[in-house]
Amino acid sequence: MIEFRQVTKTYPDGTAAVQDFSLTVPSHTTTVLLGSSGCGKTTLLRMVNRMVEPSTGAVLIDDEDVAQAEPVALRRRIGYVMQHSGLLPHRRVIDNIATVPRLNGASRADARARGYELMEVVGLDASLGVRYPGQLSGGQQQRVGVARGLASDPNILLMDEPFGAVDPLVRVELQRELSRVQAELKKTIIFVTHDIDEALTLGDQIVVLKAGGEVAAAGTPAELVQNQQDEFVSRFLGLDSGRRSLTAATADDGGWLISDAQGRPLGLVDSQPEPARSNGVRTSADQTNADQTNPSQHP
Amino acid sequence: MTWILDNLPRIGELTLAHLALSLPAVIIAFVLSIPLAWGANRVRVLREPVLTGTGLLYAVPSLPLFILLPALIGTSVRDPLNVVIALSIFGLALMVRSAAEALDAVTDDVRTSATAIGFSGVGRFFTVELPLAGPALLAGVRVVCVSSISLVSVSAVLGVSSLGSLFTDGFARDIIGSIVAGILMTVVLALICDLLLVLAGRMLMPWQQTRRRRPLLARSREVAA
Repeated sequence: MIEFRQVTKTYPDGTAAVQDFSLTVPSHTTTVLLGSSGCGKTTLLRMVNRMVEPSTGAVLIDDEDVAQAEPVALRRRIGYVMQHSGLLPHRRVIDNIATVPRLNGASRADARARGYELMEVVGLDASLGVRYPGQLSGGQQQRVGVARGLASDPNILLMDEPFGAVDPLVRVELQRELSRVQAELKKTIIFVTHDIDEALTLGDQIVVLKAGGEVAAAGTPAELVQNQQDEFVSRFLGLDSGRRSLTAATADDGGWLISDAQGRPLGLVDSQPEPARSNGVRTSADQTNADQTNPSQHP
Repeated sequence: MTWILDNLPRIGELTLAHLALSLPAVIIAFVLSIPLAWGANRVRVLREPVLTGTGLLYAVPSLPLFILLPALIGTSVRDPLNVVIALSIFGLALMVRSAAEALDAVTDDVRTSATAIGFSGVGRFFTVELPLAGPALLAGVRVVCVSSISLVSVSAVLGVSSLGSLFTDGFARDIIGSIVAGILMTVVLALICDLLLVLAGRMLMPWQQTRRRRPLLARSREVAA
């Protein structure tokens, strides 16, 4: 469990990146920090492994204040995946993944063996191990980044817009892979993104942030889509522009075609709604049902 | 030409003496430039003063420096040590700015990432920043190396043996062959050393080669897809 206790970050020039932010991140779940750039989400993420020290307040991992931990040792037991993969360009893929086990004192052979194990976990062919990061595609680099994040088998994985720089198709694929890996490994993940669809796909818990790290809303994906109390949240999720008010119409082949309120087709329903709900497809309460039965909707 | 053939052993001897004076200077200049550059990058207000200050050392005329050094450090006028020290100073003048810029060019992404996965400050410098600055450092060392090999010749005026002695002897005794041999060997020596540095760079920094080939790979990947 990770706990943010009333953390504030004020930089020497007076800008407040985060003000009085509190949050509990349950173990073995994925918490998404969602917000536009400049909302302090990366700052919050980096407080967990002490790359940013809070000005006031504390971050606790399993009830231990991280301020008590030695930063380098702390970082070696927390996985970190960032945008543009952050791989070391001068080391081969396998050695990039093996870096953290090596730092933790594993022998080169053990670290590499672990590296090849992880390449398999993230769906990379072992033959890519001898290449340099510059020889891989963006999507492959991100997979290597995830593998490296997992290399020391950390309980916690911090992900800072890890899929932000890859094209939409690869992005969806990487999200699917991450969900699969997470279902298996059950890490405590904090995932930072500004992409609402990514948040809805990956989050067990989503925290929508306004500027200054102010929590606009928090809850499960279904709760966020259903409870439209906050105008900022509605706008951020695209609720007010009708992007998530879905309408079903009979498709050419007799199934259901789902469109949003602007008439933009999102996809087909490939399983019939349950009988109890079959008369309510058009109500907003069923939006999330439609969302979930329809994973191939517009990205 | 016959002069050169007749004097091959002497030319060989002087070539070795030439190397013995210039190579240590290149190494000293490189090794000293790294901490200076690192410090200059760390303390931002001192960066320009340090870089410009060391750069200006290059403006010191070489001959007076060769003569002045013995007085300053108490060596004899003909001590090869004077030459090595003077050349190290000139090398440093060229190298510090190169090194500072090479180290500065390592991207923040890589630095942040290395810190995030648990490199200590020292570990990060030696295993991440220094190797990544390698190609730019190598470019600097190549200039210093060629410049040192050319500058050594001046020391012959003071009576310290090097390929420069072939010029001084040649002029004094009016032997064209000697002068030609001196010029030729200096240039050849500089070329060989430069080539060796390039080869060493390829061996030490194999990721550089793959990067240059990358567009081709990317193209073949597109075709395959």
